[in-house]
Amino acid sequence: MFGYLIKRFIQMIFVLWIVSVLVFVMMSFTGDPTYMMVPLDATDEQIEQARRILGLDQSHLVQYWRFLGNLLQGDFGRSFVFRQPALQLIMERLPATLEIVVLAMIMALTLAIPLGVYAGAYPQRAGSRALMAGSLVGISLPGFWLGMVLIFIFAVKLQIFPSSGRGPTTVIWGIRTSLTSWEGFKHLILPAITLSVGTLAILMRIIRAEMMEVLRQDYVKFARAKGAANRVVLFKHGLKNALIPLITVFGLMLGDLIAFATLTETIFAWPGIGKLLVDSIYSGDRTVIVVYLMFVAFLFVMVNFLVDVAYALIDPRIKVA
Amino acid sequence: MAADTREPSVFQRFMVSELAHNWRRSASAIAGTVIIISFIVLVTAGPYLTAQNPYDVRQLDIMEAFKPPVWLEGGTAQYLLGTDQQGRDVWASIVYGSRISLFIGLVAMLGSVLIGATLGLIAGYYGGKLDAIIMRIADIQLSFPSVLIALFLMSAFGTGVDKVLIALISVGWVVYARTVRGATLREKSREYVQAARVSGLPNSKIIFKHVLPNVLTPLIVIATIQVGTFILIEASLSFLGVGVPITQPSLGLLIKNGFDVLFSGLWWISVFPGLFIMLIVFGINLLGDFLRDELNPRLK
Repeated sequence: MFGYLIKRFIQMIFVLWIVSVLVFVMMSFTGDPTYMMVPLDATDEQIEQARRILGLDQSHLVQYWRFLGNLLQGDFGRSFVFRQPALQLIMERLPATLEIVVLAMIMALTLAIPLGVYAGAYPQRAGSRALMAGSLVGISLPGFWLGMVLIFIFAVKLQIFPSSGRGPTTVIWGIRTSLTSWEGFKHLILPAITLSVGTLAILMRIIRAEMMEVLRQDYVKFARAKGAANRVVLFKHGLKNALIPLITVFGLMLGDLIAFATLTETIFAWPGIGKLLVDSIYSGDRTVIVVYLMFVAFLFVMVNFLVDVAYALIDPRIKVA
Repeated sequence: MAADTREPSVFQRFMVSELAHNWRRSASAIAGTVIIISFIVLVTAGPYLTAQNPYDVRQLDIMEAFKPPVWLEGGTAQYLLGTDQQGRDVWASIVYGSRISLFIGLVAMLGSVLIGATLGLIAGYYGGKLDAIIMRIADIQLSFPSVLIALFLMSAFGTGVDKVLIALISVGWVVYARTVRGATLREKSREYVQAARVSGLPNSKIIFKHVLPNVLTPLIVIATIQVGTFILIEASLSFLGVGVPITQPSLGLLIKNGFDVLFSGLWWISVFPGLFIMLIVFGINLLGDFLRDELNPRLK
């Protein structure tokens, strides 16, 4: 197990290094950032001087080397627009994103598990067929468009929920959250629903497929033969085993949620890291884009690492060495 | 009666196949096919189905702006689904927008298949260092969501149909490379490949004439569903303003245009394009699901 951990850890570092190279190469395609930093009426000499100070007159290799060195020292650069360290910007906005991502994940799981178990246990029933058709619709619709429809119905027409922004927040243990007040929670509902629909649809289909697979196994037949109650067979023998493969898709799902949060946050003007990324793309704030990508890459790599370890611990059939 | 001695055509052979037989019995497969064919008719016959060319400024009348759909008060039969800020017929915009969305989805899929399958064949057939490099890149890429990679690429490239295609192909090739590599590894050890090798055929000929036809089937399902996925990703990119340019609006860009006026209650400008995206992707997924069940030998 220890050797496996070391091996996976080295792989993680390798992946992050590749990502840093790719991000650097792509960003050097986007043009000279000097023009972002100097006043519009700067003379050619001043621009040239700024370029020298920024080190942009040196070769790409030297620039990359310095970029990597700065990253390793925890210096991620400053935002051109906000005049703040980019990492600090991201850290300030991360709780807002995690709030909708986690809530969306919880909503998706609490619905997907019972629905998926039902559809997997009774695949021929009309209800199961309707669920499958519904989940296909959920996969097929653009999530951001669903968000707009929800805004129109619940914010513009019925005026039950607010259409945008984060609402009142309080600071608990240094983390800003909107979960403490009903008003804050109301702001959270529509973005979280929007974000959860795609995940709900995919999860339900996966759980259904796994349930159908598991219920064919001999130990399920045996449990039925010995007279175990239907509920026990479905949830204890069936679901418990069907959930194990679900762990492997957890990392992918979290990744998708964070990716789609950029769209959801843009629609609902939710001040998270996704909206920060989109705003930075509009304003050409390279530093923030780079730090966002490196941060998200780090997050995904960590999650995938933890998922692999958890999987190895839970399923004793998987030998790690 | 004289026996028909002609060879049955590909179409005839298809019509009597098990696949066609099951297709006729599957309501969802038929529904999916009908939706897809309707869309293909819609985008090819497009200009003949709309009274207005929404991108010919001379045909637009600003006085006709913000007309609601025909069944609402103030709607006219001239604009079935209403008009937008500039008096553009929403239905006509959708027909023209579907063209761009579907074109991008299809071309990006074909590009991904071409590049991914080629790399997968090379990696699987030759193995070694090249294989290791290609598959490592694929692994790394798969641990990131496609939308995020595409969004990042577009932020570096700037808007444009060609750039959207490049971004989509950059994220789309991986799945083919992996699938084809696996299948190639399996086929490589089969007797017919050994025989071709022993008889001295050049590697390129073995790869494309013997191995390729035998690894194609699993790609059909992936390719079908990928067109839908690409349409959705393209819509997301365009909605964020980093996809297609304003002169070539896809369905996603139409939604973005409607978003700005949604809060004034003008819902039809953005809701209908979204419904059309949902419909076409739904049709594609219906057919894709059917094909997966049919072509996956494990489930039979």
